[in-house]
Amino acid sequence: MNSTRKGKSLVLGIVGTFIALYVLFPFYLVVMNAFKKQTDIVADPVRFRGVSFAQLLKNLNSVIHNSNFNFWYAFGTSTVITIVSLVLLVLFGSMAAWVISRNHKKTWATVIYMVFIASMIIPFQVVMLPLVSTFRDVGKFIGISMLQSVQGIVFAYLGFGGAMTVFILTGFIKGIPYELEEAAAIDGCSPEGTFFKIIFPLLRPIITTVTILNGMWIWNDYLLPSLMLGQNGKVKTLPVAVQAFVGSYVKQWDLILSAALLAILPMIIVFLIGQKQIMSGMVEGAVKG
Amino acid sequence: MKGRDTRLESNFLLILGAVLMFAALFFAFTIKANYSGAMKTIANLRGTLLVCGAILFFFGLYKIPSTAHHRKIVYFIFLFPLLFAFFITVIIPLVLGIGYSFTDWTGIRFTKVVGVQNYLKMFHDPAFIWSVLITFVFVLLNVILINIVGFCLALLCTSKLRGVAFFRAAYFLPNLIGGIVLGYIWQFVFNNVLMSYIKFSMLSSTKTAMLAIIIVYIWQYGGYIMLIYVTGLTQIPGDVLEAASIDGASALQTLFKVKIPMIASTVTICTFLTLTSAFKQFDVNMALTNGAGSVPDFMGAYLSNGTQMLALNIYNTAIAKNNFAVAQAKAVLFFIILAVISLIQVRISNSREVEM
Repeated sequence: MNSTRKGKSLVLGIVGTFIALYVLFPFYLVVMNAFKKQTDIVADPVRFRGVSFAQLLKNLNSVIHNSNFNFWYAFGTSTVITIVSLVLLVLFGSMAAWVISRNHKKTWATVIYMVFIASMIIPFQVVMLPLVSTFRDVGKFIGISMLQSVQGIVFAYLGFGGAMTVFILTGFIKGIPYELEEAAAIDGCSPEGTFFKIIFPLLRPIITTVTILNGMWIWNDYLLPSLMLGQNGKVKTLPVAVQAFVGSYVKQWDLILSAALLAILPMIIVFLIGQKQIMSGMVEGAVKG
Repeated sequence: MKGRDTRLESNFLLILGAVLMFAALFFAFTIKANYSGAMKTIANLRGTLLVCGAILFFFGLYKIPSTAHHRKIVYFIFLFPLLFAFFITVIIPLVLGIGYSFTDWTGIRFTKVVGVQNYLKMFHDPAFIWSVLITFVFVLLNVILINIVGFCLALLCTSKLRGVAFFRAAYFLPNLIGGIVLGYIWQFVFNNVLMSYIKFSMLSSTKTAMLAIIIVYIWQYGGYIMLIYVTGLTQIPGDVLEAASIDGASALQTLFKVKIPMIASTVTICTFLTLTSAFKQFDVNMALTNGAGSVPDFMGAYLSNGTQMLALNIYNTAIAKNNFAVAQAKAVLFFIILAVISLIQVRISNSREVEM
C-alpha cells in the first residue's frame, strides 16, 4: 500500500518535471543563447558550446545602445506609463466605485454602472482607429499632444481600464458595512474624509488585485502604444521597442534574444518577489470578471 | 465670519477657473497661425490653461460652503475624472467608429456616406473570409485544448505532488510575458531549434504554422487556466471526496461524477475566458508569422495571408493597406461577434445560478 502510493507520487513528480522542463525550455534558450555569438547560435542553439560571459556583455551592450531599441529609455517610458496609469486608475477608480456603490439605489448610478459593465465587451479593435483620430483632433484643439506622448497614453489607459477597475472595486465596497460610514458622519466626518480616512484604507487587498490585473496588461500591451506612439515615434514602450528592433535586425538572433532577455527580465523579477499575490490576483480577476 | 471667507474664496476660485477655461476655449476656437509675441505664447499654452482652469473650478466647487449640497458636489467631483476619460476614449470612438464604417473614412476625414458598401466589400474579399474561418477554427481548437491542458495541469497541481508551489509558478510563468516578445522567442524555437531536429520549419507551411500558433498560445495561456481550475478544485469540500472514496468510487469515477460536476461554474468561466481571448488574439499572431502563409486556391483566389486571424486582418487592412473604412466595418463585425458570445455567457451563468 505504502509503496504503491510512493510509486504514484514518483510518477507524478516525473510527469510534472517533464512538463516544467518543456514550459521553461524557451526561457532557457533565451538566457543561454544571449551568452553566444551569432555563428555559435546558428551552429548549435541548444548546447553550451560558445557560451561566454564576455559575449553576453558585448551583446547586451550593443542592444542597450542600439538606436532602434534604446533599452533604458524604453524601460523608463514603460515604467512611467504603467505606474502613473496604475496610480490614477486606483485613485479615480475607487473614488468612482465608492460613489456608485453608495448610490446604487438611484437610477443615475445604476445607469453609469451598467454602461461600465456593458463596455467591458467592447473589443479594442472597434475603437482603436477612431480613438487615434479623436486623440489627434483633441490634441490639436487644446494644444497638448495626445498622440506620441506619455500623457495621452495614460489618459487612454485611464479610460480603458476604468470599467474593469470600477466593476471589481464596486463589488468589494458593497460588502463594507454602511454603519462604518454612518458612525463617521455622526462624529462629524465629511463625505470625502470618510472615503479617504475610512474606506480607502480598507480597500488594500482589492487594490492589490486591481493593480496586478491592470499592471500586467498595461506593461505588456502592444497594440495601443503602437497605434498611439507609432512604430518609429520618439516615445516608445518596451514592447514597441522590441518590435521596432526586431523589424530592423531580421535573423540577428544574438541581438534579438538579448533584447528579449532584457524585455522579460523586469517582469520575471517582479514575479519572483510577489508571485503569490500575482497568481491569486489573476485568478480573482478572472473569477470576478 | 469664517463662512463669509470661504464663500469669497469659493467664488474667487470658481470665477478664476471659469475665466481660464473660457480663455483657453476662446483660443482653441479662434486659433490662427499669424499670432505673434505674447498672444502666440498664450495660444500655445491653451491646453495647460484649460486644465488649470478646470482644476481651480473644481476646487471652487468643493469650497462652496453649503452643507445641503456638499455631499452631491463631492460625488460629482469623485465621478468626473474617470467618467471623462472613459467617455473620450471609449464612448466617443465607439459611436464614431460605427458611424465611420458607413462612410469612405480615410483615418482623418470622410467625404461621403456610402451605406453598407464597406460591409459588402469585405464579404466579397476571399482573404477576409479566410481570416474569419481560420479564426473560428483556431478559437474552437484552442478552447478545447487549453481547457483540457489547464484542467490536467490543475489535477496534477492539486495531487500529492512534491514541490507543488514550484510547479504552479513554473507553469504560470509564460503568462507574464507579452505576446510580442513571446512570438519572437518561439519564432527562434521553430526556425532554429526545432528545425535542426525535424529538418523543416513549422512556420513555412500554412497548416503547420497554424498549429505552431496554437502550441504557443497553449504554452502561454495554459498555466493561467490551470490556476483558475486549481482554485475551483480546492473549493470542493473535502467531505464530498471522502464520501466518494468511502463508497468505493475509483479515481476516474470521482473525477467524472464528482469533481467535474462540482466545478461546472469554473468550466464556464474558463471556457468564455479562453473564447474571448482567443478571438482577440493579435500579438503572438503578429510576431510569430505576421499572417504569412500561402493558400493556393480559396474561393478561386490565391491567398498569401494563410495564418492571418481576424484581429490582425483588421489591423493590416487599416495600417498596411491604408483602407480605414473597410477595416472599421470589419471591426464592427468583430464587435458584434464578441457581443453575441458575451450575451450567451451571461445567459448561461444566470441560468446556472437559478439552478443552484
